[in-house]
Amino acid sequence: MKLDSDQTDLTINPALVAEILERFIRNEIERTGFRRAVFGLSGGIDSSVVAYLAVRAMGPENVLAVTMPYKTSSEETLRDSRAVIADLGVQSLEVPITPQIDAYLAHMPNVSRMRLANKCARERMTILYDQSAAFEGLVVGTSNKTELLLGYGTQFGDLASAINPIGDLYKTQLRQLAKHLGVGDAILKKAPSGDLWVGQTDEGELGFGYEEVDRLLVLLVDRRWQPAQLVRAGFDAEFIDRVVRMIRRNQYKRRLPVIAKLTHRTMDRDFRYPRDWGT
Amino acid sequence: MSTTSEPNTASQPTENIAPAEDGTLRVALAQIAPVLGDRPRNVQMHLDQIAAAKEQQADLVIFPELSLTGYFLRDIVAEVSLPRSSLEIAQIVEAASPMGLVAGFVEESRGHHFYNAALYAEAGRLVHVHRKVYLPTYGLFEEQRYFSAGKRFQAFNAARLGRVGLMICEDLWHVSAAAILQAEEVDAVICIINSPARGVGGPNIATAETYEMFARTYAQLLGALVIVVNRVGFEDGLCFFGQSLAVGPDGRVIARAPAFDESLAIVSCDLAELRRERLITPLGRDEQLLLTIEELKRIKRRRYEA
Repeated sequence: MKLDSDQTDLTINPALVAEILERFIRNEIERTGFRRAVFGLSGGIDSSVVAYLAVRAMGPENVLAVTMPYKTSSEETLRDSRAVIADLGVQSLEVPITPQIDAYLAHMPNVSRMRLANKCARERMTILYDQSAAFEGLVVGTSNKTELLLGYGTQFGDLASAINPIGDLYKTQLRQLAKHLGVGDAILKKAPSGDLWVGQTDEGELGFGYEEVDRLLVLLVDRRWQPAQLVRAGFDAEFIDRVVRMIRRNQYKRRLPVIAKLTHRTMDRDFRYPRDWGT
Repeated sequence: MSTTSEPNTASQPTENIAPAEDGTLRVALAQIAPVLGDRPRNVQMHLDQIAAAKEQQADLVIFPELSLTGYFLRDIVAEVSLPRSSLEIAQIVEAASPMGLVAGFVEESRGHHFYNAALYAEAGRLVHVHRKVYLPTYGLFEEQRYFSAGKRFQAFNAARLGRVGLMICEDLWHVSAAAILQAEEVDAVICIINSPARGVGGPNIATAETYEMFARTYAQLLGALVIVVNRVGFEDGLCFFGQSLAVGPDGRVIARAPAFDESLAIVSCDLAELRRERLITPLGRDEQLLLTIEELKRIKRRRYEA
């Protein structure tokens, strides 16, 4: 099989995508009886895109951007978040998480960098869900398709949300959408980072670039190429193997907890109803 | 075309049908967003749209696939199903009278089989029910898990519009369905759909472009009017894109409803176009139906009886 550039084309029509996603956000929020949106803003591309989309959908007065810095969070993160808030005129709230995280760490020796990152992500989730109740808004997710496939996120942490407008867009495509929506150059040009520890970058931690992996993911997932065909088309076998294993190993993060079946109708197995039932 | 004197039954021999009459048919494309699994609210939505179509002097109003129930039903199927003799159906058929009406519903048969069905009614009578033959069960679709498949593509006679074939969504993706309706000598194909948007790399949604391509191709090949009515709104993240359209027998788009928004587009279809187009390109006249039947028999022997 020949690999032509059409097969790896990740170009989106950003105006069309923005229109669909804006309507999706409004529809999914309003059909549940809400009128507002809450989300965590990190100053990266993904949450900034969500901010711009949420404002288009609900208006700035109905959108709450929550920033939740830890003591190691970079100045850049806060600066870029504030720029988005100022540009859009959304409601905002800064909730530093250092006191509660450090209180926990005081009782917990030898917490690894990864455990700390997950702990911070889950702390932020509890704040967002509390603000969801306080602000009467749904929590809008900020995980993209690349992260969801690779499992590059914290279960019940940053992966938790009520609705996710950007989960079917690869990182490469989010860049196109961000540009279209008017996300600033400072955000577009910096290296993607979860700001998990000082100097952390996604691509440094993953060991490959988003453009490179998106090109592979679109072939594997969307165009249904087989790994052996991709090796023949010039992809590195080890790279393919690593990515395939990441997708498989993290499937659990994309599903509800598995339920031991005992009766004739079990949630999500043979009790099968759409989420938007009756709305 | 046959107007009043002949009964409109599916078994009507086609030789007795008068050709489509001159004049304009006003068709209302009811591009609605049904509420998922809430039949009473959807019945009301139909009554509202029917009233609006009447106000605009429509001759025919067409609703999308599963318009009385919503699409992504899963286990709700058995909770929203109706026999074709139900009061709800009688209610909308009566409300639409004397207009023609096409609507989608979950039909429950006497044997408690469930069908994704489309009804045609006019002058207060239920004339025909088409049960979706091709139930997509791949990708995001899971229809064969919930529905039984229809077994025929049978045309019927409609006042003024002539001989009509109904299709539901995936039916249009099977070239044999269009070929059967061509053999049925249809003047119009009405295809009601629930198509979710997929493919956002081009100027328009890829699935919308595909439907338009199919509608135009079949309209031209059959020398018939092709009307496609889609819904709008979201269900579980699926975005139904609307863009309902009517295509003339020359393959040109007569009218297009907007993307994403609910609308009641009124389309004027010039029935004289059918005659003119068939004079210019008499594909139906030249079609060798008996040859096709013999060839299909030969293929049947090879594939199923060898």
